[in-house]
Amino acid sequence: MSADASTSVNYLNHDRSIKSWLLTLDHKRIGILYLVVISLVFLGAGILALFIRLEQIAPGQDIMGPDAYNQIFTIHGVLMVFAFIIPAIPAILGNFVLPMQLGAKDVAFPRLNLLSFYLYVGGALIVLSALLVGRIDGGWTFYAPYSIRVGDSILFVTMGVFVMGFSSILTGVNFIVTIHKMRAPGLTWNRLPLFVWSLYSTAIVQVLATPVIGITVLLLFLERLLGIGIFDPALGGDPVLFQHFFWFYSHPAVYVMILPAFGIISELIGTFSRHRIFGYRFVALSSIAIAFLGALVWGHHLFVAGQSALASTVFSLLTFLIGIPTGVKVVNWVVTMHQGSIQLRTPMLYALMFLILFSIGGFTGIMLGVLPIDIHLHDTYFIVAHFHYVMVGGNVIAALGGLHYWWPKITGKIFNETLGRIAAGLIFVGFNLTFFPQFITGSRGMPRRYYDYPVEFESLNQLSTYGSWVLAAGMFLIAGYLLHSLFKGKKASANPWGSLTLEWTHTNRLPIPHNFERTPIVTRGAYDFHLAKDLFKDEPSGNGVDSHQVPDLEQEGRPEA
Amino acid sequence: MAEASTVTADRPKHLHPHFVSSEQQFDAAKMGMWLFLVTEILLFSGLFVAYTVFRIWYPEVFSHSAELLDWRLGGLNTIVLLASSLTVAMGVHYAQTNERKKLVRALILTICFAAVFMIVKYFEYTGKFAHGVFPGVNFDPHGTAGGHDYAAYNIPFAAQFFSIYFVMTGVHGLHVLIGIGLFSWIVIRANKGHFSSEYYTPVEITGLYWHLVDIIWIFLFPLLYLI
Amino acid sequence: MGENGSVFLPEASSSFASEVDALFNFVLAVSTVFFIAVVGTMIYFVIRYRRRSHSFVPAPGKDSRLLELVSIVFPTILVLILFTWGFQVFITLSTAPPDSYEIRVRGKQWFWEFEYPNGVVTVNEMYVPLNKPVRLKMSAEDVLHSFFVPEFRVKHDVIPNRYTTVWFEATKAGEYRIYCTEYCGTQHSAMLGMVHAVPEAEFNTWLQNQDQDIPLLDLGERIFSQYACNACHAIDGTRKIGPQLNGLAGITRTLDDGSTVVADDSYIRESILDPNAKVVDGFAPGLMPAALGASLTPRQLDGLLEYIKSLE
Ligand code: HEA
Ligand code: HEA
Ligand code: HEC
Ligand code: CUA
Ligand SMILES: [Cu+2]
Repeated sequence: MSADASTSVNYLNHDRSIKSWLLTLDHKRIGILYLVVISLVFLGAGILALFIRLEQIAPGQDIMGPDAYNQIFTIHGVLMVFAFIIPAIPAILGNFVLPMQLGAKDVAFPRLNLLSFYLYVGGALIVLSALLVGRIDGGWTFYAPYSIRVGDSILFVTMGVFVMGFSSILTGVNFIVTIHKMRAPGLTWNRLPLFVWSLYSTAIVQVLATPVIGITVLLLFLERLLGIGIFDPALGGDPVLFQHFFWFYSHPAVYVMILPAFGIISELIGTFSRHRIFGYRFVALSSIAIAFLGALVWGHHLFVAGQSALASTVFSLLTFLIGIPTGVKVVNWVVTMHQGSIQLRTPMLYALMFLILFSIGGFTGIMLGVLPIDIHLHDTYFIVAHFHYVMVGGNVIAALGGLHYWWPKITGKIFNETLGRIAAGLIFVGFNLTFFPQFITGSRGMPRRYYDYPVEFESLNQLSTYGSWVLAAGMFLIAGYLLHSLFKGKKASANPWGSLTLEWTHTNRLPIPHNFERTPIVTRGAYDFHLAKDLFKDEPSGNGVDSHQVPDLEQEGRPEA
Repeated sequence: MAEASTVTADRPKHLHPHFVSSEQQFDAAKMGMWLFLVTEILLFSGLFVAYTVFRIWYPEVFSHSAELLDWRLGGLNTIVLLASSLTVAMGVHYAQTNERKKLVRALILTICFAAVFMIVKYFEYTGKFAHGVFPGVNFDPHGTAGGHDYAAYNIPFAAQFFSIYFVMTGVHGLHVLIGIGLFSWIVIRANKGHFSSEYYTPVEITGLYWHLVDIIWIFLFPLLYLI
Repeated sequence: MGENGSVFLPEASSSFASEVDALFNFVLAVSTVFFIAVVGTMIYFVIRYRRRSHSFVPAPGKDSRLLELVSIVFPTILVLILFTWGFQVFITLSTAPPDSYEIRVRGKQWFWEFEYPNGVVTVNEMYVPLNKPVRLKMSAEDVLHSFFVPEFRVKHDVIPNRYTTVWFEATKAGEYRIYCTEYCGTQHSAMLGMVHAVPEAEFNTWLQNQDQDIPLLDLGERIFSQYACNACHAIDGTRKIGPQLNGLAGITRTLDDGSTVVADDSYIRESILDPNAKVVDGFAPGLMPAALGASLTPRQLDGLLEYIKSLE
């Protein structure tokens, strides 16, 4: 059957009408819809970032005035956080992969899934429509009272964020139920792929924290509309209360960003080391630990905002504790490679890059948790560097790794490995060049959200701007060869990397509309490579492409059944 | 297509193709609803926190302002909502026992109770507006009614109390309206005979939702009207 | 690292800056060690265990409780050290010595206003005496701002309708930039100021010279409330700890030794500078702090005189 897989029915070709795409209930197609829209958002917000860097190439006015600059970093932040990074991995890769990894035909609520997508698009459009009303200004944190003084545009921004929040909640609910109720027979919690575990903990955070940002932006909305006096000091409200509300969501949100990335990294390291994930249970449960601890540390964003010294002390202590389950993961990933069989394909390069960059981001996070150090570093470029190391170096790098890893399953095509490695290299170099200098400018005192800056910071800023070009070159290269592979790429095999999770072992090269011909029965853990030796029996050595052709399911039966 | 192999002859009509069994579908729907209710509770808990914080800061203002709310109307609404929860529970029971007529009647009663709730709220709101008790900067109480001199409530931070009152009851009222919409839809489906002891998931999960709306009111009522 | 800063840190110019830096450098060093250990091991494994045969399936690794334990316990100990140390420095940073010199700071879109105890107000330029603790009492007029002087390692948000404080003791003479670090609109990045840390004597001269532009009477009124004279002296005829001061000018006072004196300029002057020289009948000597008068500049004293004489 593998030979005629291209001519047989698959989820892409069974109906090609536009309507069948826009109204699809198939989780894989919804994943692709997200992929298209979220990539466009990333492109847009990324280009805004290039403008930020261009303006920062020298002190004073370079290409725009202060009002334009302030709007650009605000839109960059809002889009990147609410419209890109929060939905990116769960909504694109989670949607595509989760049901297949569970051996299910779809998520539990396919219609809700489609609704989430349209809520997401609608919310993003509402945010952008604010530009027609006035400026989007004040940073992605829209602290009161500045945000309520800017103009009516804040009404649209808050409304849009509210709507996108609902999308996030519904996706979370959908995933939790799917994981609980839709697992194939034999797929016990101990055999779940770690990506599933990470989506599970992410969904918990989404469900528990997102409603709070919902109510926060609703109150901010009403503050602007009616002047309800909760946050506005001029009316007797408390601006610090807003910050507590905001970070009560937005700190857990950073774990919505990073937990799914952890899941991808586990998949990549497992597959490309062909080795059981060391301390599987610790890795799985530390996600849950992070999810819960993450709900208790929001106050570390308010060390200098006027919260009580006692509160700061407690939040500082809790913040440190977050580093411990994260450290457990990092150690376990590294140890997984011990005595493995490591293959450095493009996705694995991203996994290694992740370990390097995320560790830097994480360690600087720990620095920020130390009260006196944060007092010095708060709202400087050091923070900007910290969160780009965790968000770009963590989430985006993992997302790129995941995208490359699942690309053959999504499109049935394999991308150009050489270009893949070059792009990964460009991104690694460009990224460090862009953001490492910002640690230094920041700790030497350059504040963030600064249109203009003292001349002593010029050379480091210049370096950072050059770096952003290298970084962008890498990104555009990826977009280029991925698109190219769609049309000209070699056909991938059903399981080109030799993975053990169900989406690779039990589906065709391109999955059929309901994923599986028959519900798979699972008999081993997601990384028990030693129990699936026959998968790797007679591989053609050579360029590695198509090297792990799965034995045809129909002819040879299920390897593990 | 391959799918045919999984669609066995005894697959009931209500069973969506991606589920293996009715139980799985029912369990999933119910769990989904429970999770959604958790998010609802958290949504409201944000408001409860705002309420608590301001109450701790300005306790006298808050208890003074609360006197302006009519606990009799609030109490009436509490009874009305409790009654509606009862009729919903009966509805679910009738769905399970295949008593379609009674199911429809119970649900229509529920809708009526919900409507009464909204009507009472309407009078409460307009009564306040008439005397300048608005949320936010428009707060300007004046005149006398029901033995209250409204001007006496024009004190600092009373506006916050009423803002919170309007936001909390407003968001809650919105949930009641959504509930009315959902029940209307279910009544129509029930009339068409969509539900039976085999399949009554929508009735059950909408019922769950309604109980939550009820419970939230049980918290709102004493916090806003009584203390 | 040295007082003159390092790659990562600007010059350390306040009493506690080097404490913060020690902490910073400690975390940096520990992080670097951890980082090299993690990444080094990773690179070693990648090379050592690279895939040699395409069909090779390694034996599954054994989980090791010991390793998990180590990777939990070791970082835990480390962060507890960090926490304790950080907490101690934090206490230093957040408790100003009681004798601190206090300056009022107001943040406005987009400038800083500084008001000295003697009523001098400056914009964007702040002078502070070297080696004396200075406490800033800050508030904002419109939106949030944040007061940041990198060389002093101090920062705090400035909030409307609320007072927040920072304190520092400048240890090196020089000029240090004040940044606003809370986003506050178009000119956020231009909301800059300058701290001039100067020897105390120089500071005092500067402060005196600053008084020149305020009318004497206004100056006196300000000093009267800033030095809390009104805590003991009513100006509406009531009796507090000290005698009322309205209508004092020109009347005849009975002193505690029974003698009388006409309250002319030099009497009032003496009463301020040396309160116990002549004590008013019915009041206890030694209550009025002599130190108050000692810290007044001549012009402030003149201002006070004018002000007291103007009270009816
Ligand atoms: C996920 C989050 C995310 C991401 C990915 C980025 C990416 C980048 N960011 Fe951003 N940034 C934020 C989140 C993010 N940022 C936030 C939250 C803020 C704070 C805002 C505030 O203060 O309120 C901020 C602020 C911020 C600042 C500080 C502004 C200031 O304080 O004055 C700077 C300055 O250098 C900057 C730079 C960059 C750069 C150069 C990139 C580069 O990495 C961008 C590179 C990307 C591209 C060039 C696009 C290429 C894309 C394609 C070609 C599409 C192809 C598709 C696929 C490959 C799938 N960012
Ligand atoms: C993906 C997003 C993400 C992630 C994962 C993190 C992770 C962490 N962050 Fe970060 N953070 C942000 C996104 C993120 N952050 C953003 C967007 C902001 C700024 C928002 C704004 O103001 O605009 C921010 C700001 C921020 C602040 C506030 C700074 C300020 O404004 O003053 C603090 C303070 O404590 C902090 C701390 C941490 C910590 C302790 C972690 C930890 O989770 C890191 C844990 C990881 C490690 C520690 C590394 C691996 C561990 C080992 C190898 C084991 C050894 C470990 C030890 C010895 C401890 N972050
Ligand atoms: C702690 C209380 C206290 C404070 C503060 C204080 N005084 Fe007095 N003051 C007194 C008392 C008690 C007397 C009367 C005893 C005396 O004459 O010494 C007095 C006397 C005086 C007199 C003489 C009054 C008269 O009726 O003859 C003058 C003038 C005066 N104070 C000015 C000031 C000024 C100016 C300040 C602020 C810079 C000030 N005082 C602060 C307690 C105080
Ligand atoms: Cu003031 Cu920024
Ligand atoms: Cu945080």
